Amino acid sequence: MVKIEEVVKGVLAGDKRSVARAITMVENSPEEAQSLIAAVYPNTGKAHILGLTGPGGSGKSTLIEKMIREYRRRGKTVGIIAVDPTSPFTGGAFLGDRIRMQELTTDDGVFIRSMATRNNPGGIAKATKDAVKILDASGKDVIIVETVGAGQSEVEIIKVAQTIIVIHAPGLGDEIQAIKAGIMEIADIFVINKADRENADKAVMDIQAMLQLDNKEKAWTPPIIKTVALTGEGVPQLIEKIEEHWRFLQKGLLHKRSLEKAEAELVEAIKDKVTSSIIKKLKREKRFEEILRRIVDREIDPVSAAEKLLDQILE
Amino acid sequence: MQSGRKIRVLIAKPGLDSHDRGAKVVARALRDAGMEVIYTGLRQTPEQIVETALQEDVDVIGLSILSGAHMALFPRIMELLKEKGLTDVVVFAGGIIPEEDIPELKKIGIKEVFGPGTPTETIIKYVLENAPKRR
Ligand code: B12
Ligand SMILES: Nc1nc2c(ncn2[C@@H]2O[C@H](COP(=O)(O)OP(=O)(O)OP(=O)(O)O)[C@@H](O)[C@H]2O)c(=O)[nH]1
Repeated sequence: MVKIEEVVKGVLAGDKRSVARAITMVENSPEEAQSLIAAVYPNTGKAHILGLTGPGGSGKSTLIEKMIREYRRRGKTVGIIAVDPTSPFTGGAFLGDRIRMQELTTDDGVFIRSMATRNNPGGIAKATKDAVKILDASGKDVIIVETVGAGQSEVEIIKVAQTIIVIHAPGLGDEIQAIKAGIMEIADIFVINKADRENADKAVMDIQAMLQLDNKEKAWTPPIIKTVALTGEGVPQLIEKIEEHWRFLQKGLLHKRSLEKAEAELVEAIKDKVTSSIIKKLKREKRFEEILRRIVDREIDPVSAAEKLLDQILE
Repeated sequence: MQSGRKIRVLIAKPGLDSHDRGAKVVARALRDAGMEVIYTGLRQTPEQIVETALQEDVDVIGLSILSGAHMALFPRIMELLKEKGLTDVVVFAGGIIPEEDIPELKKIGIKEVFGPGTPTETIIKYVLENAPKRR
């Protein structure tokens, strides 16, 4: 058993082994996650956190490899959390995103971690948020989160990342349709990858048309960048736009979003804590079983029962 | 607290060998047995394999090799693991590895070797029984 204080010390010193251990801890144990995050939290908030989402096969992993190279050229250190789905049937997962990034594995300024969703909905794992904090506290300048690639409901990423990049590519079946729902609205930057292929310009136009439908006044209009992730074409321009968005956020929006994020995290934590402590208390009491019986006997419905119990407790 | 734990396995292809069927078969079987399997892809140096194991904090490393270069590559991998302090990781291997090489490989710390035709059930059972219970 490793001591949490030692792991924390290692994380803050940027020691890779400690960072790896810490991420395992936040994945496996809510108790350890809580003490670990409490200890590193004062040292977080320095990194620029990017979220990359888009349908499977659009080139997310390939693009991230080229993005890391560009950031390294600019002297920045980079952490990556690459999320892949857990099988709901077996609980197992095949984590293959890093295959395309392996050449960068031995670079000391790069840390890549694969993470299974463990059936958390929304395109990331429950522990992704904490893993990002650990990488942040370890001193990484930029953190990139790659979501699972279904392209529909990966909107959980907005709770974690500051700049959201939505990627698509021509030739993926029902084209732009795949990123319509929800995903469109969260994009800060669009990438059309595989610009070496036919129809890349049509994909750009489709997105432009869709953006024009949205005639709300906006301080930031999401740019559309064409890339060829295989060769790295367009990647310097993409990083430029990301930096531009970062500067834009720092003009005030970042603070506002931080407050919103803090509120969301606080509310969620309160919900978790309140629920588990109330349930624990109730389960020790006789009236809990009694009311379960009454629900089964159709004397009272579950929601009214909950209301009744809560009223009694909160008195 | 043990309930959230998953066995994490790295399946790695050292050297210039591009026979990847066996590695993929083993990776898929372990995934279907409920494990989290990280696959390195082809042509990995010992440095890349050990660094990946460290960053992914795996419990087990499975080396797949059919090129005949195991006697050159495996000792370097074991040496680097020791250097990085990853001594609690269980390392095993499979592929085309002649019987007469196995004692030497076991001496340097490769726990087990599985050749062609090994049923995947045997490999799953081995991992379940030998993965270190370190957390
Ligand atoms: C298919 C094959 C190929 C395919 C590979 C396709 C692919 N993507 O994998 C192709 C045609 C590309 C190929 C090419 C070559 N091949 Co070839 N190939 C084979 C062959 C016929 C079968 C291998 C295979 O896929 N088996 C099926 C899989 C499922 O079995 P497996 O890999 O053995 O895996 C099982 C176990 O070994 C074990 N296992 C494997 N990995 C792991 C890992 C762990 C952790 C564990 C626990 C278990 C485990 O579990 C698996 C399930 O039981 C073998 C002969 C043979 N009978 O093995 C030759 C063989 C491996 N090839 C050989 C050679 C020489 C070559 C070439 C050099 C030929 C040439 N001169 O061009 C090239 C080299 C290519 C390269 N750059 O590496 C030789 C190797 C000789 C040696 N090691 O001394 C063999 C043994 C043939 C021979 N008898 O000469 N080959
Ligand atoms: N022609 C072309 N192919 C590309 C380009 N970028 C990536 N590819 C190929 O597209 C395929 C998918 O790339 P990945 O990077 O694995 O895509 P992904 O979005 O990470 O996929 P998932 O991990 O399945 O979600 C690979 O075969 C890449 O080689 C590109 O710019 N042009």
